[in-house]
Amino acid sequence: MTIETINRLWIEVCAVTDIPTRGARRISGTKRPIAIFRNGADEVFALVDLCPHKRGPLSMGIVHDRSVTCPLHGQRIDLVTGELMGADAGKGCAPSVETHIENGRVFIPADAFCA
Amino acid sequence: MSREKLVVIGNGMAGCRVVEEILKRDPDRYEIAMFGAEPRLNYNRIMLSPVLAGEKQFEDIIINGEDWYRDNRITLHTGQQVVSIDSDAKTLKTAAGLAQAYDRLVLATGSDPVVLPLPGATLQGVVAFRDIDDVDRMVAISGRGGNAVVIGGGLLGLEAAYGLSRRGMDATVVHLMDVLMERQLDHSAGHLLAEALKARGIATILGAQSEEILGQNGKVAGLKLKDGRVLPCDLLVMAVGIRPNAKLAQTAGLQINRGVMVDDAMRTSDPSIFAVGECAEHRGQCYGLVAPIWEMCRSLAETLTGVDGAYVGSTLSTRLKVSGVDVFSAGKFAGGEGCEDIVFRDAGRGVYKRIVLENGRLAGAVLFGDAVDGAWYFDLMRSQADVSEMRETLVFGQAATEGLRGLDPSSAVAAMADTAEVCGCNGVCKGVIVAEIVSKKLTSLDSVRAVTKASASCGSCTPLVERLLKLTAGDAVIEHRGSQPVCSCTDYGHGIVRKRIIEEGLQSIPAVMQALEWKTPDGCAHCRPALNYYLLCAWPGAYRDDQQSRFVNERVHANIQKDGTYSVIPRMWGGMTSARELRAIADVVDRFDIPAVKVTGGQRIDLLGVQKSQLPAVWAELNAAGMVSGHAYGKALRTVKTCVGSEWCRFGTQDSTGLGVRLERFLWGSWTPAKVKLAVSGCPRNCAEATCKDLGVICVDSGYEIHVGGAAGLHIKGTEILARVSTETAAIEMIAAVLQLYREEGHYLERIYKWMARVGLDSVVTRVVADDGQRRELFDRFVEAQSTSQEDPWADRAGGLDASEFHGLPVTLQVAAE
Ligand code: SRM
Ligand SMILES: Cc1cc2nc3c(=O)[nH]c(=O)nc-3n(C[C@H](O)[C@H](O)[C@H](O)COP(=O)(O)OP(=O)(O)OC[C@H]3O[C@@H](n4cnc5c(N)ncnc54)[C@H](O)[C@@H]3O)c2cc1C
Ligand code: SF4
Ligand code: FES
Repeated sequence: MTIETINRLWIEVCAVTDIPTRGARRISGTKRPIAIFRNGADEVFALVDLCPHKRGPLSMGIVHDRSVTCPLHGQRIDLVTGELMGADAGKGCAPSVETHIENGRVFIPADAFCA
Repeated sequence: MSREKLVVIGNGMAGCRVVEEILKRDPDRYEIAMFGAEPRLNYNRIMLSPVLAGEKQFEDIIINGEDWYRDNRITLHTGQQVVSIDSDAKTLKTAAGLAQAYDRLVLATGSDPVVLPLPGATLQGVVAFRDIDDVDRMVAISGRGGNAVVIGGGLLGLEAAYGLSRRGMDATVVHLMDVLMERQLDHSAGHLLAEALKARGIATILGAQSEEILGQNGKVAGLKLKDGRVLPCDLLVMAVGIRPNAKLAQTAGLQINRGVMVDDAMRTSDPSIFAVGECAEHRGQCYGLVAPIWEMCRSLAETLTGVDGAYVGSTLSTRLKVSGVDVFSAGKFAGGEGCEDIVFRDAGRGVYKRIVLENGRLAGAVLFGDAVDGAWYFDLMRSQADVSEMRETLVFGQAATEGLRGLDPSSAVAAMADTAEVCGCNGVCKGVIVAEIVSKKLTSLDSVRAVTKASASCGSCTPLVERLLKLTAGDAVIEHRGSQPVCSCTDYGHGIVRKRIIEEGLQSIPAVMQALEWKTPDGCAHCRPALNYYLLCAWPGAYRDDQQSRFVNERVHANIQKDGTYSVIPRMWGGMTSARELRAIADVVDRFDIPAVKVTGGQRIDLLGVQKSQLPAVWAELNAAGMVSGHAYGKALRTVKTCVGSEWCRFGTQDSTGLGVRLERFLWGSWTPAKVKLAVSGCPRNCAEATCKDLGVICVDSGYEIHVGGAAGLHIKGTEILARVSTETAAIEMIAAVLQLYREEGHYLERIYKWMARVGLDSVVTRVVADDGQRRELFDRFVEAQSTSQEDPWADRAGGLDASEFHGLPVTLQVAAE
């Protein structure tokens, strides 16, 4: 299913409940792989699934609060901004992808799919 | 009455320490202002090496946070370089134009790294190693891999090369002299050091003169040596020495030589201006280490609070901060006329010690490979004690020397003088530590660290501080053991958390977090896996494992690789395999086009580069041939290595292979605090390397020696003998009982050897060997836990469990269709 808001086409990717709580799923088929996270407060976030450090798959990390810890070298990334946190704050960013939730379904912008 | 204005230039190690020392003596005397050229708080410069190596983060090394300045009413001007001092008007000026008046002024401007005037020295990618900006630059470049060349084989250069190699670069050290760290090491130790570095992937080129730095598009591309050799590089670190920063003193018209000249009270040629730290020159000597700086700071603090201090100069000792390479040097390490050498070498352990005596007193020492006694020698050296009595045993260190003289190590600590320095990095002596422990009723290592700073930097004095704590605080310490918080989400230590889970019957991660007042809503990547394990161990069979609190490897039952693919290692019981298994592995490799097959260091086979989505299918095929998960990814039983033993070997005394297979079949599957590795050797020749495993068995004619507490990873540690038993069954019972005790007591990620160091071998022997009843109970609890954990996680997932974990979301763009 797709929906259109003003000037924007949104693609449905899954139900919120398809994402494990404090976990993530990965969408391939997009321009760049995208990780969709759901945290303990049931908030949903999406980031390009490449750690700013050495491109580790963030979708495989441990999710806590509004952050994820990368599985490769343990850097912490802010789920809202995609920025590295802690000592390396400001030194790199996994681009964030907008999400839209409607009736428990998660949508992302169609542009994320365009090559 | 308004207070006198004290202004400190330099917000570095000396500048801050002198202020601390003044506040300790007379907190209200001065109105204090500090100027720092660096745009940040005060940090521990010596810890830049571990930051570069990725072993510490910048926050870990901040010495004084903002609150310290605020609480002590110190005005801090960061990012403000002072450019001139008018000593007549008693004012100074910063580059940004800020002016400040002073009554008394302290120069603590440190030193500048020496830059060799080589062609190309200004190219991008040529860096020094002095401050955190240098570290950031190096880290940024190292992210792209490549080659690093370090000019200078002294302490700083070697630590830089080590850090860069830890960051994944190929590092080469180019040194002008024939011996690394020639100012601290003799030829033998220098040679061993070069070998140890080589083993860590760091090359050294000695006797090499640099001629030109080559560049490409403004960036460094290589270093050309006098002999014509060109070393290509993407990063060039110059660590060839430091020069006291005395420029500013010049503007004030102070007397300078190499550094700013000071007397024993640390006063310069202007009575209102003082200098400390690397910028100062005292009795013709400039120092580049912190220990003498702490002494200068104490002297200056005395001067500034009433009585002129009397600094007389310092004896120096050096330690290299490269993990796993123990190097210590002090005094006249190379001997000389009238000196006598005692040398000890142990090629097997790579240990070299040279003790230099002069007139029956210790004049110097070089230790390589085992430097635990460095502080003891240094203390003997500085106290100028007569050591002729202990000459025979001196080189074997403190424990041996005092053990033979009937002293136990704690009485040695008791006998230490109050003025003996315990922590060299932070300049803390025994008297201060003991006084703080008593007056503040300290009971944990952490609190001692926080209050005195002892053992808060490089950590090499930690055992000594712990002994002092135990000696001074006595039984109170035992209760508080383990009070190091699990992580920053809580103030509780692992021990207390485990205890309360059991006592209060806490059944889930949220329940634990609630009961123990966790400070974050969800915990973090440190505490959640720990809590998950503790619950699993406390309530076997009943607790539901929280997948999202596991590190990816344990969630997907394979090891994640740098490129996001996974590796698959099936069990090969006791290192045995068969044609059928090998054929099945070969088929899997072909069918799934697996790019690499490797024999591991644990006697089994690793399939590398498997896509995540292929994992369940790969496992299904391996399962079909009778193979199960090797848990190569888990805090769990890894391998049981064996040798051929009495079945084949002409020396074998027992069936070591058979026992290894039995052990692996019995122990596999359960989760443990950290990984657990075993080995069984058929005779004391020990071909299975059982004496560096968490648990080992050495077969002998009369039965089995059970070994515990070995490791051969980040730290190398030989095992200790737990017991000797005469049957296989008794061996298995003993091992399972130790393992269960460790499962119940170990802190998460604490290997068996660390757990043992914490609780003591004796306490393990008492409970597992001496007490048949307790051993049986432990064994029974282990068996009970195994009843629910010996299910092959691969079979479960090949059968469809957690299927969504292995597949991405199948979304495609179908706009056109709508
Ligand atoms: C595959 C293997 C290397 C090989 O190609 O031979 C290996 C590979 C890894 N080792 Fe190892 N270790 C392997 C044998 C060893 C050994 C030798 C042994 O077991 O006899 C040691 C030293 C013995 C010891 O543990 O005391 C060893 C000491 C380490 C350490 C240091 C542990 C320590 O406490 O000091 C780590 C780091 C850690 O665990 O935190 C580590 C971590 C790793 C990790 C898991 C790093 C990681 O987190 O990704 C590597 C996974 C690569 C992968 O995905 O396959 N590996 N590792 C070996 C697998 C053995 C097996 O069959 O399961
Ligand atoms: C990587 C590294 C590892 C080391 N390891 C060890 C070790 O293991 N053991 C050991 O004993 N020593 C070690 N040292 C040496 C130790 O760090 C120094 O001896 C110590 O920091 C010197 O203290 P200081 O206060 O004199 O100088 P610094 O700590 O350098 O402080 C001087 C400060 O003054 C500031 N400053 C300078 N000029 C001005 C100005 N005009 N206006 C305002 N501010 C100014 C500087 O920016 C700097 O922040 C190491 C040094 C480095 C770089
Ligand atoms: S396999 Fe082990 S030794 Fe080799 S690079 Fe990985 S962690 Fe280091
Ligand atoms: S790739 Fe993410 S922390 Fe290194």
